[in-house]
Amino acid sequence: MADAVERPKASFRPSMLIYDTRYRSLTIQIVVFALFLAGAAWLVDNTVRNLAVLGKTFDFGFLGQRAGYDIAQRLIPYSQNSTHARALLVGLLNTLLIAVLGCLAATIIGVIVGVLRLSSNWIVARLMAVYVEIFRNVPLLLWILLIYTVFTEASPAPNAFRPDPTTGEADRSMLLGLFAVTNRYTAIPGMSVEHGLGALDLGLFTLNLTFAAIVGVLILSFVARALVLRHAAAVQEATGRRPRTWWKSALILILPVAIVLFALGFHLNVPELRGFNFVEGVNVSNSFMALWLALSLYTGAFIAEIVRAGILAVSRGQSEAAFALGLRPRRTMSLVILPQALRVIIPPLISQFLNLTKNSSLAIAVGYLDLRGTLGGITLNQTGRELECVLLMMLIYLMISLIISGGMNVYNSRVKLKER
Amino acid sequence: MKKTVFMGTLTAVGLVAGLASAATLDDVKARGELVCGVNPGLTGFAAPDSTGNWGGFDVALCRAVAAAVVGDGTKVRFVPTTSETRFTALASGEIDLLVRNSTWTFSRDTDLALDFAGVNYYDGQGFMVNKNLGVTSAKELDGATICIQTGTTTELNLADYFAQNNMTYTPVAIQTNAEGEQQYQAGACDAYTTDASGLAATRAAFATPGDHIILPEIISKEPLGPATRQGDSQWTDIVRWTLNALIAAEEYGVTSANMEELASNSQNPEVKRLLGTEGNLGEMIGLDNDWAKRAIAAGGNYGEIFAATLGESTPIGLARGLNAQWTQGGLLYSPPFR
Repeated sequence: MADAVERPKASFRPSMLIYDTRYRSLTIQIVVFALFLAGAAWLVDNTVRNLAVLGKTFDFGFLGQRAGYDIAQRLIPYSQNSTHARALLVGLLNTLLIAVLGCLAATIIGVIVGVLRLSSNWIVARLMAVYVEIFRNVPLLLWILLIYTVFTEASPAPNAFRPDPTTGEADRSMLLGLFAVTNRYTAIPGMSVEHGLGALDLGLFTLNLTFAAIVGVLILSFVARALVLRHAAAVQEATGRRPRTWWKSALILILPVAIVLFALGFHLNVPELRGFNFVEGVNVSNSFMALWLALSLYTGAFIAEIVRAGILAVSRGQSEAAFALGLRPRRTMSLVILPQALRVIIPPLISQFLNLTKNSSLAIAVGYLDLRGTLGGITLNQTGRELECVLLMMLIYLMISLIISGGMNVYNSRVKLKER
Repeated sequence: MKKTVFMGTLTAVGLVAGLASAATLDDVKARGELVCGVNPGLTGFAAPDSTGNWGGFDVALCRAVAAAVVGDGTKVRFVPTTSETRFTALASGEIDLLVRNSTWTFSRDTDLALDFAGVNYYDGQGFMVNKNLGVTSAKELDGATICIQTGTTTELNLADYFAQNNMTYTPVAIQTNAEGEQQYQAGACDAYTTDASGLAATRAAFATPGDHIILPEIISKEPLGPATRQGDSQWTDIVRWTLNALIAAEEYGVTSANMEELASNSQNPEVKRLLGTEGNLGEMIGLDNDWAKRAIAAGGNYGEIFAATLGESTPIGLARGLNAQWTQGGLLYSPPFR
């Protein structure tokens, strides 16, 4: 006769919250969450109190006030009578410009260097290794300052291009008669059209119809080229012979734009030294050049390593198989290795793009007025709204980063291995 | 129960942290040292010498305040601030007092929540150019590239001046006077603009000052003065009346040399009140009665400080001009010590 074991009643006691593993993890999470909330509440409360003691309020009304300062580089119309919000937009566009151009250049540099570092040519491979190691291991700020100093110290002042009144000769002459590198900026020819199509005012900004027309024609050309390539692929599928497409592509890409530009009366404006500075053309400031070059070269070194890792991750059998089929090394790289390597390359590449974008705020070192320089620099100082400006700046950088990350992740999901 | 204690502590800490910044005088006394925000390097106003000792016109005011409050003009820690960081440094409590060529303006006094304790230098914005440009007037600067310190009133004046005169310019944003000096000398800008006194001080530091001219146009009023945080009127009063004591001392002929003598046998009751031998003015602002004596002893009266740091016998060579006593045709005018 077995002893009847009475099962204990399933009753809940408060101590079980600590001693019973079923509840303990929940208890810990609730406590930690409460502590976190309390900490956050204290932070906000403390800020509000301190602001009150300083006699300050928290509002974003200053964005609508007149900014009062000038910005040298602006992609949209701006004057000192514009608002702080407009200055913010000018700075944001400057940040985006440097980010986009920087990412483009860094990717190109990175892919070329990454591939060349694996070259069988000893000198080429070692040179690339030296470049990567030098740029990766010295802080970015130093590169920016170094390149800026080289531009500023090694190039002549605009005055040097002025002809001497007695001899008619200038100290320096322009490169090809089109470019002038000075210690302030590089003057490059500007583009203008004689019969512009005017502009459309869209409230926030004005749309330049001439520019829009050219971009529109370019987009149509690319679509047409894609159709030609698709047709060529279809012919190849059917007959095994690929028709020559390069001259069609070239014609489609160049001719329509050329016709539009001719119709609009397009011409180059050669920079001309008038008064103190070059006018007519576009003056690309040294701060922009220094920042762009330094960001591209620095991030390019990291991307080169990512590309190298990506290529090494592709099984050696792949290139051996491609060689066995008679593909030349260059075609093997572009048709077999790189497409497969992309799957490894893209996720870390996203981080590098994010890094480059955020690092562009080092523009402060060379006086390039990006978002950090306008909103986080002059606006912050002229209005004294530190908290608002910094919060807004953090929010904007966060949004830019999330957009880049989101866009790249979409691309990543398109190129990654699809399992069916 | 324990939680209640915890939350109570949190609230108390919050309250204390919130109110800690209110009484600067107590902080400074407890620390035994004044933390003074100054220009990171502007010869004549504030610059460290080769041994790291700070000297200059603004520095002398910091020392006078330190002497009045903690009794020793050397008990000052100087914090170099750029034009961009200065007000944040003051508002956040990093510094007790800002004496950094800062212009007293309406919005800084109200919106930025600062208090200006007076004017220690009446200035105006000017332009400096290299002689070989052949420019003799600011009106000829159309199209020029101009170096300008960001976050300053001069930046706003510059934009206004060029817009009013239908001229264009390219601003080159710089952070400090040293950077501006370097950019200007490297030829990265045609003209450098800041307060005329700052230009004179900058030019004095050049290898060949004679190659550069300061254009005759003065395009703005720049009353430069010491700034404190708003909401601590006792501290602001101390700074204001220390500055006034230096100005009044010059007016009444009180110098660091004859101060002791005048304190005992001056016939002027105001001098006696200033030097603490009569009345209790010091107690009224939370100090002792010798405060003004110590402030004057630290670097002399206003005139002595000016002569030693900016005056015509120094390399900067500024005339008193607007900064002469009201009795000499200038703007310096201390309210009575009564």
